[in-house]
Order: sequence, then structure tokens, then C-alpha cells
Amino acid sequence: MAVKKFISGSFDDEAVLFPAVKQVRRSGHKIHDIYTPFAIHGLDKAMGLRDTSLHVAGFIYGITGTCTALGFITWALTYDWPINFGGKPFFSLVAWIPITFELTVLFSSVGMVWTFCWLCQLAPFVKKDHFNLRSTDDLFVMALECTNKTNEAETISFLQSLGAKDVQVQHKETKWWWGTYDKDKKIFEPKTETVH
Amino acid sequence: MALLRYESQVRPPLVDGDKDYHQVTEDICRPVEARPTKAWWVGFIISVLFLCFGVYSIYREVTYGVGQWNLNRTTGWGWDITNFVWWIGIGHAGTLISAILLLFRQGWRTGVNRAAEAMTIFAVICAGQFPIWHMGRVWDAFFVLPYPNTRGPLWPNFNSALLWDVFAISTYFTVSLLFWYTGLIPDLATLRDRAKKKWRKWFYGITSFGWTGSTKHWQRQEALALVLAGLATPLVLSVHTIVSFDFATSVIPGWHTTIFPPYFVAGAIFSGFAMVQTLLLVTRKVLKLEEYITMEHIDVMNKIIVLTGSIVGIAYLTELFVAWYSADKFENFAFMHTRADFFSPYGWSYYTMMSCNVLFPQIFWIRKMRRNIMVTFFMSVIVNIGMWFERFVIILTSIHRDYLPSAWGPYYSPTIWEVGFYLGTFGLFFTCYFLFVKFFPVIALAEIKHILKRSGDNYKRNMGELEQETVEEFTQVHGHDHGA
Repeated sequence: MAVKKFISGSFDDEAVLFPAVKQVRRSGHKIHDIYTPFAIHGLDKAMGLRDTSLHVAGFIYGITGTCTALGFITWALTYDWPINFGGKPFFSLVAWIPITFELTVLFSSVGMVWTFCWLCQLAPFVKKDHFNLRSTDDLFVMALECTNKTNEAETISFLQSLGAKDVQVQHKETKWWWGTYDKDKKIFEPKTETVH
Repeated sequence: MALLRYESQVRPPLVDGDKDYHQVTEDICRPVEARPTKAWWVGFIISVLFLCFGVYSIYREVTYGVGQWNLNRTTGWGWDITNFVWWIGIGHAGTLISAILLLFRQGWRTGVNRAAEAMTIFAVICAGQFPIWHMGRVWDAFFVLPYPNTRGPLWPNFNSALLWDVFAISTYFTVSLLFWYTGLIPDLATLRDRAKKKWRKWFYGITSFGWTGSTKHWQRQEALALVLAGLATPLVLSVHTIVSFDFATSVIPGWHTTIFPPYFVAGAIFSGFAMVQTLLLVTRKVLKLEEYITMEHIDVMNKIIVLTGSIVGIAYLTELFVAWYSADKFENFAFMHTRADFFSPYGWSYYTMMSCNVLFPQIFWIRKMRRNIMVTFFMSVIVNIGMWFERFVIILTSIHRDYLPSAWGPYYSPTIWEVGFYLGTFGLFFTCYFLFVKFFPVIALAEIKHILKRSGDNYKRNMGELEQETVEEFTQVHGHDHGA
């Protein structure tokens, strides 16, 4: 559990958000994250996030599936218990293509979803802190992490000058924890100082 | 990404009405958050009653054996496998819409993909029932799995099309489910964050997996969706291909044809889209989502129906031609006598299939008919009746009269328990669908918001300009001189 101090601001328009991201990064502030209700193409680039390698994981899982299927069927039908099906060869590769293909797809997709959930720390009963509940509705919420050097008042007015609304200092848990949604809202009393 | 998108100058917006993000959330969450209506309860209870009848029919079959059905020698496959292929075909539209149309960058898919995917999953569940209960000794169903058993271990026959089917359908179900659910997580998070009641916070808190909407998570989610779409695209095509192998790899006249895989896949898309139309026409009306599932969507899907229906039609004719051209006695008999001869025992079903699948859908060449809701609804039901008869024709006509005339069985017609099983899967399907529309957002919220602003931008701009222009300006710019 690590509660940290953040300054958060909400944007309601992508056209305001993008220049703001640029300005914030140029000014040397560290963007903790931006929470958006839908995928905004180009925002990851603007924030300087690197591309995800999830597809590489998918490829590796897929190859694993291919090898598992081919290896197992070959072993079972040519070595462990070869059966003569109508005089066809024991090693009949063409007839194994359907199952090999299906297992490739199965391993790849199940593995990728599992990796996705692992990387994003998603699971049933996982609970995380939220800066603004409307970030799943219509607001793009930017959170800047405060360090010892951060001048809060200055940062707040800076964010406001970039078009952010509802700028607040918030103490938020950065990790996830187990729990149901309702009870756990009370675990952390949000110490919110709203600046008008 | 932006470079990959081309937007027509004259394409109307995908979402009607001038909406902002919050309005979209409100519109789509409203049916989920409101109390169930009387119509919902009536529909739900009827579905559950059908389901109960289905469960009782299966109970009879398991207790007294497959003799409860009218299957005989040589008609070993009847309504059960017909229904199986029919349901699995219906289960093709959802993943086609969500995966193939995602790869093709078809923006209109966002209005209908969530409901279509859900429909796919329920249809595959229904389809799976038939081969499982058809086994008779259903408690031995796990014999199909390659597990180290005490019989050797004796492995299943990996060269058999029936085993390929086990792998294909279970993989298809798993991948469709994962694809559907990973897309659903952000929308469930929206419902969680709007929830007022305790049980809603609890339920959507669990199901949304702690989604926050972090940019990095979105980036991964989009990458995941794209790769899953790439994987699911050949998967969709493979599933019905393999189902068609169940028939095509055998030596029964009428089944033993190489045309089966593409013909089955086209038929599956055909019937799947028809079922999407049936469900969404009702859903959009009842849930008041006409601005999201627009006339454009209905029009586009009807175009797909007329295209795939015609592909199926060509396949029917090709089959007849090849049967004649092959000069194979048995092949000829199967096609010319037991199918195309109207006065043969099942001739009526062949002509029902021909008219419902090939003839009637041609009405959709007319734009006015494609955009007529009553016609579309009526036709969507007709198409699915036709596609049911297609499978019936393929299975029944080929096996009820085989190579040996002395073995020709009596006329096969189903018992009440066979019909009850089929009705039961309707109950299962609609029970699931009713629960889905009550507890989950029917339209992909986040994806609709993603296309909301961009969609139809050119159209709106051009139309706006046109409206502002005076007639003189317009003729100056767009008119031309006749050399005066």
C-alpha cells in the first residue's frame, strides 16, 4: 500500500487535452496517468509511453500452441499408440492441421488475455482508487504526482491555465487491493483540498 | 492509425442526433439502470418456460435413451444435427462483425457489435447442446478429450473431422467469450461508477475487474483487440469449414463435395446476420436505441444478407451442375431425385430452402426494401427458416436413402421430445439474451464514444456548407456553362 499525493485536473475535450499534455511535459512535470472513458488514439504517443509488446507475447503463446498440438499428436499417433486408420500413414500431417490451428489460436488468445489482465492488474474483486468517477463517463482526468520539489499552488494554476477544470490535490492509493467495491471506498478517507 | 481510415464525403454519421459523451452514457445505461419493464418480464418468463420444456425433453432422452427420438437406420442424424449446424451458423455473425469488420476498419460495426457478440456466445452454447446430448450416454462425453485414460491410454482419433469439431467449437467459444468480455470491461466500469444501489456497486465492481481507464491500459486493450481480431478472423472461417468437413469427408452422396467449406461459411454469415437483424430490430425499438442502431446499420446488414444469400444460391446451383457433370450414379440420384424432385419424400423441403434462401432475399436489391423495418424483420425470419431447411435437406435427403434400396428407412419425422429439445434451446438463447440486455450495456459504450466525434465529420461539414450556400453560389461552383 502506497498512498501518494497527486494533483488532478479534468478535461472535457480532446482538443484541449492534447496541447495540455504537451505543455505539462515541456514544463517538466511528471504525468502519473491520464484516465479516459475511451481509447484516444495518439494520447499514448503524446504522453511518451512506449508501444506495448503484448502482440509479441501473443506470438510466443501461439507458437507454444502450435508446438504443443503437433508434438502431442505426433507422439500419441506415431509413437505411443499408432492406429491404422484405413491404411493411412501414422504420420498424417495434413489431417492434423485443423487441430494445430485451433490450438495455436486458443493458446495465443487465452495467453494474451491472461497477460493483459496481469499487466493491467485486472481481476474480479480487484479494487483500485479513482481520481474522478466521471473518468469512465465523459471526462479525461490527468493526474500529476507531487514530489518534494512540487510547488502545489503553482502547478494548480498552471493546470487551470491549460484548460483543466476541477483541479484538486488528492491523496490516492496507487496499488490495487482485494475487496468489494462498496466497503473499500471507506478504506482511504480522501483528503481533498478543492481549489476554486 | 489515422492514415488507415478513409471516410467517405457523403457518408452520414454513425450516430444520429447531436450528442456529447455524457448523453451517450445516459442513453446506453438507461435500460440497464431502469427497472425491468412488463414486456421484459413477459418475454423472460416465456423464454424460461421454453427452457424448462427443453430440460424436460433432455431428461426424457437421457433417462430412456436416444429411442425417444425418431432416429433410425439409416437416418442416424435428424433434427439434432440440423439444429446444431443451424445454431453454430447463427453464431458466426457476432465474431464476423467484431473481428473481421474491425480489421476492415468498418466504423459501423460499433453500433451492433456488442449485441451480436453476445448473440454469438449464446448461439454457440445452444449449438453445443446437440452433439453432447446426441451422444446418448452423455456421462461419457469426456471420452472425446485426449486425457491419459485407463484404456491404454487410447487417444481420440485426431484424423477425424468430428474430433476437429470438438476443438474448433470449444476454441471458438472461448475466443469469442474472451473477445466479448475484454471489450465489455470498460463499459462495466462505467456502470460501476454510476451505480447508486449497493448490489449494483458490488456486481459491477466484481465484473469490471478494477478497470480505471488508464492510458496505458487502453493502449494494451486496443492492441489486444486488434490481435484477437486477427486471430478470430481465420477462426470464424475455420469453424464452419470444419463443421462442413463433418459431412464433406464422408462418402455419402450429397455430402462428399469439395464446395462445402466456402458454401457453409457463406451460409453461416447469411443466417447469422439474419438473426442479428431479428434481435436488433426488436432491441432498438424496445430500448429506444434508434439513434445508435440506425437505418444505415440495417441497410448495410441487408446488403450483406443479399450478397451471402446469393453466394449460397450459386453454391446450390453449382452442386446440381457438378452432380450431373460428374456422371456419378449415386451423386446424381441424391441431387436429382431425393432433392430437386419436388415429388420425392423430402422434395418440399428443398424448394422451401431454395425460395427462402435464394429467391426471397433478392428483394434487398431494392433500396426501399432494405430500409423498410417490417420487410427486414419478416425477411430475417424467412432467411433463418430457409437456412434451417438447408441443413435439414443436406442431412435428411442424403441419408434416408443410401446405396442399398433395401435399407431405405421409413419417412423420418421428429418426436415431440426432439422438437422440445429444439424449442428448449430457443428458451436458453432468449433467456440469456434477456438477461444480457438487462444487466449489460447492449451497445459498446467506449467504442461508440471513440467514433462519435469523428464519424460523419466530412458529411456534416459538407452538408452544413451546402445549406449555408445560396442557390446562386451553388450553381456558380457546381454548375457548368453550356458555351453561351
